Amino acid sequence: MCGIVGLLIKDPDKRELLGRLGTEMLEGMATRGRDSAGLAAYTDEVEEEDARKFSLYAPGGSFDWRAFAGGMQDHLDREVTFEANGNHAVVVPHGLAETAWRWVVEEHPEVSLLSVGRSIEVYKDTGHPADIAERYGFRDLVGSHVVAHTRMATESAVTWAHAHPFTVGEDFCLIHNGSLSNPNNLRRMLQRRGMHFDTDNDTEAAARFLEWRLREGDDLEAAIEAGFEELDGFYTFLIGTKDELALVRDPFACKPAVAAETDDYVAIASEFRSLAYLPGINDADVFEPGPEEIFVWNKKSVAAKR
Amino acid sequence: MTDKPDGEVDHALQENDAVTHGGQESFLYNRDVQAWVRKAANRGIYDIRGMGAKRKVPHFDDLVFLTASASRYPLEGYRERCETRTVLGSRNAKRPLELDTPITIAGMSFGSLSANVKEALGRGASAVGTSTTTGDGGMTDEERRSSKMLVYQCLPSRYGFNPDDLRRADAVEVVIGQGAKPGGGGMLLGQKISERVASMRTLPAGIDQRSASRHPDWTGPDDLTIKIEELREITDWEIPIYVKIGATRVENDVKLAVKAGADVVVVDGMQGGTAATQDVYIEHAGIPTLAAVVQANAALEELDVKGEVQLVVSGGIRTGADVAKAIALGADAVSIGQAVLLALGCNDHVWYKDGKTPVSAAEDYEKLGTRPGLCHHMQTGRCPVGITTQDPELEKRVDPEWGAKRLRNYLQVLNMEVATLARACGKSDVHHLEREDLVALTIESAAMAKVPLAGTDWIPGVTGF
Amino acid sequence: MEQEVRSRKALEWDLSKSPVRELNNYLHHGLAQDGVEEVRVLNPDGAHHIAVGLDTPVKVEVMGNAGYYVGGMNKQAEITVHGSAGWSVAENIMSGVVRIEGYVSECAGASGHGGLLVIEKDASSRCGISMKGNDIVVGGDVGHFSAFMAQKGYLVVCGDAGDGLGDSLYEAVIYVRGEIKSLGADAQEEPMTDEDYVVLAGLLECAGFDDYRPEEFKRVASARKLYHWNSEHDQEY
Repeated sequence: MCGIVGLLIKDPDKRELLGRLGTEMLEGMATRGRDSAGLAAYTDEVEEEDARKFSLYAPGGSFDWRAFAGGMQDHLDREVTFEANGNHAVVVPHGLAETAWRWVVEEHPEVSLLSVGRSIEVYKDTGHPADIAERYGFRDLVGSHVVAHTRMATESAVTWAHAHPFTVGEDFCLIHNGSLSNPNNLRRMLQRRGMHFDTDNDTEAAARFLEWRLREGDDLEAAIEAGFEELDGFYTFLIGTKDELALVRDPFACKPAVAAETDDYVAIASEFRSLAYLPGINDADVFEPGPEEIFVWNKKSVAAKR
Repeated sequence: MTDKPDGEVDHALQENDAVTHGGQESFLYNRDVQAWVRKAANRGIYDIRGMGAKRKVPHFDDLVFLTASASRYPLEGYRERCETRTVLGSRNAKRPLELDTPITIAGMSFGSLSANVKEALGRGASAVGTSTTTGDGGMTDEERRSSKMLVYQCLPSRYGFNPDDLRRADAVEVVIGQGAKPGGGGMLLGQKISERVASMRTLPAGIDQRSASRHPDWTGPDDLTIKIEELREITDWEIPIYVKIGATRVENDVKLAVKAGADVVVVDGMQGGTAATQDVYIEHAGIPTLAAVVQANAALEELDVKGEVQLVVSGGIRTGADVAKAIALGADAVSIGQAVLLALGCNDHVWYKDGKTPVSAAEDYEKLGTRPGLCHHMQTGRCPVGITTQDPELEKRVDPEWGAKRLRNYLQVLNMEVATLARACGKSDVHHLEREDLVALTIESAAMAKVPLAGTDWIPGVTGF
Repeated sequence: MEQEVRSRKALEWDLSKSPVRELNNYLHHGLAQDGVEEVRVLNPDGAHHIAVGLDTPVKVEVMGNAGYYVGGMNKQAEITVHGSAGWSVAENIMSGVVRIEGYVSECAGASGHGGLLVIEKDASSRCGISMKGNDIVVGGDVGHFSAFMAQKGYLVVCGDAGDGLGDSLYEAVIYVRGEIKSLGADAQEEPMTDEDYVVLAGLLECAGFDDYRPEEFKRVASARKLYHWNSEHDQEY
């Protein structure tokens, strides 16, 4: 639960703004959640067909990522590039991604997967949002869109694993402000359909529900519509896919969400104060989604459809 | 077998039937359930009543103290001091509440109680050096004048809530829920709003009462944090902010309240009373106070705020033993509602004219379809002893001075009982009571209170299976 | 506190230098002694609780966007936000005027007892929830569940109203110029009376909305069916 932040830079030439503006927005949300923070950024896309970006986490802080990447490279006989930062790293096998992942699971069970996709990078940790932003260099991120979250724990423990965003499938992540009232039945229903859960967090139940609908052939909007029937409780969802940013509120719409749109960006936050410093905010179209109103912005077409 | 007009069964007749006709009474479909079903079929409306959960659940009576022995030395009563002083709200406020006793008076509304009773509560509480609390309907001048320490409730309805009263309060209690109806609100069908209450609440008189279940200007702990800040800003950070919850997901809720900035957390168990709510809430929502105090304390320990954030426990606190046990299990103070009304004559067969002459109230109980000892009809506003009423004639039946003295006596007895037990456990301060001073008489209470079953080392779920 | 006093009457307060807590303290206590009649608040940047709990006839000009609860529990003061505001603007307002030039977020004017709240652009959902005698005039739209359980007072909506308008309404009255997406439980449209036109004209004038005429508005009030529950009536609880 707590503070959500979303930002999509419309102009492909201005993508260096993503990190700086996104970090300022995130820090503006720290009063709503001080326990942990997480961020998913959609940065450069990998080129090779079977290459993928893996966002990985190894606890302890002294994990040898260089040796890890080297080991993977040897195993695949393909180039593996990486960028490491303490207990996080973004590792890119430039081919045979499936094989690479199996190798990680077998050889390095201590490493956890934060996300996989062609564009997404995820960072999450416990601590104050400003410290986390500093630690992982959020300010320097360059990309098309970002989805971030600050948290105060509600019904599940304060641990790293419970920090948002929740990622499922490829390039898909979900951030949730609010509290679902039927997460347990949802989880059991999805487990019966073969989905695996990492936590007992209600957000993961929602994320896996959407993943299931997408797997069944729904597009993002139809999946969210299905959610209006199945998911009960209070929620504002901020969703990221490789090309899209989506925002939706439940039928009661009690949990806050404010959006501001200009020709240059779409920015979303729980409170207006997070948007107050953005360039051009005074002329922006500022609005709050109504109940069950779905907004989807596609970085390629940057048109909002309802 | 006949049903009385209000659905209450004539038990005397029942007894004979069972014996002479040799039919065993069904446990599931007993006479009470049968009468209830018939009443529902007759009226098409749910039951509304006052008081708290009536059914038997594990409570403090299931625990006993391990007092002085060869290895633990008692204090002398009357000569060796046992401190009962209690401070609430030290975390942030410039002026925390300094009480002479850990026993406070719970929030009860003017509207459910008469002005005379509110005044009696104020005076009685002040006499023993403790606080009273306003209820749904706001602060009255009588209560502010008579009560030395007054806690001002901020409820979902916000009836009568205003900044002037906020500024003259000694603390604010943000009410998320209460034990009798955690998560409740809704329509109190058939509860008509009287004239005086109507004007205080800005409602038309004589209409059915509606009750909000959520606050109008915030939802959820992240927004509660901001609301608490607002209340602090308005009161210049002078007074403590309490957060009151009905006991359901106690551990989570207490943690959230602490993180949202509460100076004091008030936890109200399912036995907590109410003036009027749906019977189904009272009996089937919320957990026993015994379980709640233990979970609340565990939450404070886990967040390492013991001593910084205080815990007040309510819901079925009746005796000094209840108070002492609640403290031993981690409460800093308790809050009493129902028992205080009993001290003022609730369910007594007489009321006292001019505070002196007993006058029978039997007829008035009968008019309500009940009798002394069984009455839970606060919701009618026709209290036979003049407590839960706005009727000008009925409310005269409580003389404020008499009421103040009765309350003072009662609280004094409780306070003495707590000190007696504490001294017997070798404590010079009642707040030094600890859970290791207790053992349980039943397996359920041992599991809930997380203390050993008497005569054994066994704490179910903790030591052994 | 180093703040510029422009004249004996007006004061500039820079929130980037001295925080809200000090501002409120000053507005509660220091103001009266200094004889200050107007305070301009600079660099608000969406801070919460600006000018809450005031009880003096001072003018407060907030030069930018305010956060949550601006003008909360206001008495007597005239507060203007030259920007937008967050949740619960002027909640529990007792008297005085709070004006927002931009947008406001949810629960604007919640549970007020008197005074006037003017929102020049759109208000979000639950505008006027639980009103107890305050008046609210909105130049733009209001969101869903506006005037929920509103007991007394007037809500004027110059734009459109969202779903569930006036759900569980008591004696408060709503005037709507635009479309009503849907009415809430027990709310109904009623014909405007002469008194309505007079009241509405007065409110529009106070708000400074000269472009709208009372004749363009509809009246929404309580059908009063929830006032007395009837087991025969299939009422939903």
